[in-house]
Amino acid sequence: MNIHLLLQMASEAMGHREAIVCGDRRMSFEELGEAAKAVAAKVQPGEKVAYLAEGHPAFPAALFGAALAGTPFVSLNYRLSREQLDAQIARVTPAQFITDTDVTGEGMTVSLPETVMQGELLLGEAPDEDGAVAVELFTSGTTGEPKSAVLRHSNLMAYIFGTVEFMSAGEDEAALLTVPPYHIAGIAAVLSSTYAGRRMVMLPSFTAEGWVALAQKESVTNAFLVPTMLQRIVDASNGSLNLPSLRNIAYGGGKMPRATIEAAMTLLPHVNFTNAYGLTETSATICMLGPDAHREAFASDDPAIKRRLGSAGIPIPSIELQVRNEEGDVCGAEETGLVYVRGDQVSGEYKGLGSQLDSDGWFLTKDRGFVDADGYLFIDGRADDVIVRGGENISPGEIEDVLRSHAEVKDVAAIAVADTEWGEAVGVAIVCPASVDDAELCELVRANLRSSRVPSVIKRMDELPYNETGKLLRRVIRDSFAQ
Amino acid sequence: MGQIYKPGTKLSSTVCKTQIMALRVPNEELDITCGGAPMQVGDPAELGTMGGENAGTLVGKRYTDADETMEFLCTRGGEGTIAIEGYVIDIKAAKKLPSSD
Repeated sequence: MNIHLLLQMASEAMGHREAIVCGDRRMSFEELGEAAKAVAAKVQPGEKVAYLAEGHPAFPAALFGAALAGTPFVSLNYRLSREQLDAQIARVTPAQFITDTDVTGEGMTVSLPETVMQGELLLGEAPDEDGAVAVELFTSGTTGEPKSAVLRHSNLMAYIFGTVEFMSAGEDEAALLTVPPYHIAGIAAVLSSTYAGRRMVMLPSFTAEGWVALAQKESVTNAFLVPTMLQRIVDASNGSLNLPSLRNIAYGGGKMPRATIEAAMTLLPHVNFTNAYGLTETSATICMLGPDAHREAFASDDPAIKRRLGSAGIPIPSIELQVRNEEGDVCGAEETGLVYVRGDQVSGEYKGLGSQLDSDGWFLTKDRGFVDADGYLFIDGRADDVIVRGGENISPGEIEDVLRSHAEVKDVAAIAVADTEWGEAVGVAIVCPASVDDAELCELVRANLRSSRVPSVIKRMDELPYNETGKLLRRVIRDSFAQ
Repeated sequence: MGQIYKPGTKLSSTVCKTQIMALRVPNEELDITCGGAPMQVGDPAELGTMGGENAGTLVGKRYTDADETMEFLCTRGGEGTIAIEGYVIDIKAAKKLPSSD
């Protein structure tokens, strides 16, 4: 299989449809098909296609163009420091780089995003080699050195065939793309939108005002947001948002605070919200909490239904999911353990480390969580973030949820701090006014949880550190406590 | 005549523009025809004459047999009808999922 087929089908069956809007530029699927052929023609034998820029029409052209040329597409984070970038470039070369930043290095051929889509075209069929790699993406590395996740054509095609119907978008539909090209959600959005025939409206650098203005101007119907982006849109709204065309908002990429989703649902009652839970290694979404489940949970007085607003939802039909305890046994309902998934879209493979799937094809996500009696998945956090106090496993999430329930608490993170008596103890970094004193915060935790959960250190911060796609940088917080 | 196919294999009609890709296939020899003529790997140099009754194929639709033991994606539509071992395969009803990206 080859992901280029998605664009080929789109350009043959609906070539006249608008595919991309970016600034003043508009391209049809047919034109995107030509642009991909121009990218493919520039690739020299042995080269990968490396994309190092913000969102631009050259991003989808390069993703499909690499596939047509039969070589992996690699997307690099343009926000990295020069040192980090040089280290990643060395892991990618030789490659045809598409970038407007001033980088040079051994094994790099450099093209500008504008010019790479012009010139000679590569004609002919895309290669169809078994097991060929479509995309290599560096994981965010919030816990250590970034790993290069390998996604094969068969993984990405399984995701698309499992979740999208061809040409299912109406001619009026448009998706607002704000997630950067180096994020799996950015890749997935291009593949899904192309196959569905949905216009992609690109917003290269996100601001809440810019997002709302573009959504209005282009009558956007669909959007994907990470939680911090949705929070900023809510904050900037002043209590009302005029987005009559908007129908669907999907969100993911980090934990969505309850207050944020409730505020967004109140502001946009006509919009369908979907929580999409997935990882780079699983070719994007593996579980969904759909619009009906959102509305039911929002309206319910039953605590077991109400809490589903914080759920990752249920596995999509093409995915199997199990929560297992430390002994490897499948957990019962409400029992917390490690989340395992299986399905054709799950790659679970890193460059240089090989496949991490077990002999039966299961992949350990390293997320902790549990499933309720009706099969809804609740993610607790990363297994690496668990606080082990005197042999007892403490989930940061439960402490954070309790503290966040305080009206004055804007943001909070619980992390492990070294403790001479217990090995580890609970440290809390918190954003809240000084009028709320430590004793009050400790009492809140004690009253709702157990005394072992009460923080031994509380640190006041102006804001918590997040990366640009809204992932909380716990490592940075841990380091600041250690100093 | 029959052949064993694997997922990802693309077959072209020899009598119309239809092209299909195998998504799920049993590990057994299959006789696959379109418009009454055997389908082949790669497009034919010229199209032959269509036989039998044909309702055509639709690009982007999935086709499956009565027992759903196999599934094909139509990657290019045409006028011929696809049959496997002499039985016509039909469009599989789509499962509607909310848009997640």
